[in-house]
Amino acid sequence: MRSKPVPVPTPETKPFWDGCAAGELRIQRCTDCGRAYFYPRPVCPHCGSVNVEWFTASGDATLYSYVINHRPAPGFTGDAPYAIAVVQLAEGPRMMANIVGLPATPEALELDMPLRVGFEQRGDVNLPVFGPAGAEAVR
Amino acid sequence: MSDGTGVIIAGAAETGEVGKLPGQSTLGLHVEGALNAVADAGLSLRDIDGIATVSSPGPVQVAHALGITPGWIDGTGVGGTSFLLHVRHAVAAIRAGYARTILITHGESGRSRVGAAPFRFDPASPPGQFELPYGTLGPTTTFTIPALRYMKEYGLTHEQLAYVAVAQRRWAAKNPRAMFRDPITVEDVLASRIVAYPFHLLECCLVTDGGGALVIASADRTADFPKPAVHILGTGESSESPMISQMADFTESQAFRLAGRAAFAEAGISTSDVDHLMIYDAFAHVPIYGLEALGFVGKGEAGAFIADGNTEPGGSLPLNTNGGGLSYTHTGMYGMFAIQEGVRQLRGEAAAQVGDPQISVILGNGGMFATSGVLVLSRNGR
Repeated sequence: MRSKPVPVPTPETKPFWDGCAAGELRIQRCTDCGRAYFYPRPVCPHCGSVNVEWFTASGDATLYSYVINHRPAPGFTGDAPYAIAVVQLAEGPRMMANIVGLPATPEALELDMPLRVGFEQRGDVNLPVFGPAGAEAVR
Repeated sequence: MSDGTGVIIAGAAETGEVGKLPGQSTLGLHVEGALNAVADAGLSLRDIDGIATVSSPGPVQVAHALGITPGWIDGTGVGGTSFLLHVRHAVAAIRAGYARTILITHGESGRSRVGAAPFRFDPASPPGQFELPYGTLGPTTTFTIPALRYMKEYGLTHEQLAYVAVAQRRWAAKNPRAMFRDPITVEDVLASRIVAYPFHLLECCLVTDGGGALVIASADRTADFPKPAVHILGTGESSESPMISQMADFTESQAFRLAGRAAFAEAGISTSDVDHLMIYDAFAHVPIYGLEALGFVGKGEAGAFIADGNTEPGGSLPLNTNGGGLSYTHTGMYGMFAIQEGVRQLRGEAAAQVGDPQISVILGNGGMFATSGVLVLSRNGR
């Protein structure tokens, strides 16, 4: 059986994955326009500035949208059905994530519900996932 | 209306069959589509001096297989809308004098996967790092993600989403080439198995084999071709995000809107001038996003517009009259088939002919709302 895909960091994204390894959600922001962004890249997508810096995001998010996948990807057979979500970080950017600690049902997954980051071991990296805010941090 | 671009579609044809074609390779489907389109234009392969197709198998391979030595090459490969971008680029090339007769080909063994490029994902690419680890499995798990947000923001119901498939099946019932022709109801759609909630099987496109091609030339040569010319009045193209998670607003497609705005402006038309419309329908929500991006209805109104019967046979705005990717055919890169149906309608050759349309608009999608091309086509030119 195939295992789940493991992300391979690049020089541009290594600080993000290093943050995950330390249990922190590190993302970037522009020091000219002040706006945060994700995914990691060397140019601010909002204003084109190259004056950008890394910072540790709060880990708070809300549920922006999702699907509940019934046809599992390779490595996910035992997980189906599972939620593939896009979460909105409190700092503004959005990222894809799985939702953990909640049933993968439309009733349990309400759009805009508060979520909190956790990390899941995947190969040699820590992968950010999100669970209900207020619950014990997902590990 | 403007005078148009001065460039026409002089030949257009699909492969003899579309559907399940295990006896033909991806390259073989390109070749068959090319031969049919060149014959439709009353030309021979020796007349072709420009070639455009997607990156796999690529314009070099397709040109070589056909014995063409091109003086102009376009290998734009940005998903299923690529062929609409090829048309736009061909217009520019012909106006610039870089080529005289351009062949645009599509072929894809999407279902049988004979000679088809394998699916590969680079785990170091942005999607490989930030989407694939979450168990995505192609378009059914990514293209679909924006829909729940749209449903919450604008009150689109599951029944309205299902009705998109119902309306298109009514067109497919009139098309003997369509893979699915039996009438369906909203209840049938909602009873089909869930693929990725909120999407049921009948709200997802087919996966088929097939091909098609176009011949593009100057409008000055209209009298040289046996079929009625289809004039290219306006074109547009744009892109948004390579990852669905980074689409700016899950309730609208920027790429659709920008490509449509450019095409309508160049053509000098408004939505009220449009007699026939094709919107790439990989999934049931895409025509909803397309109708709103092009301005046919206001934000949040497209679901009710379709459910009220406006886009089906007998409605005021015939949409996806071949049955679309949901019922006609969907090889993986469907855009070529949307163009072909627009050409057939303007020529009066369609299986489900909608009277005597003067203007047909084609909206293409590439990737997961990642890219778009729009064409405004007409019976009449300058």
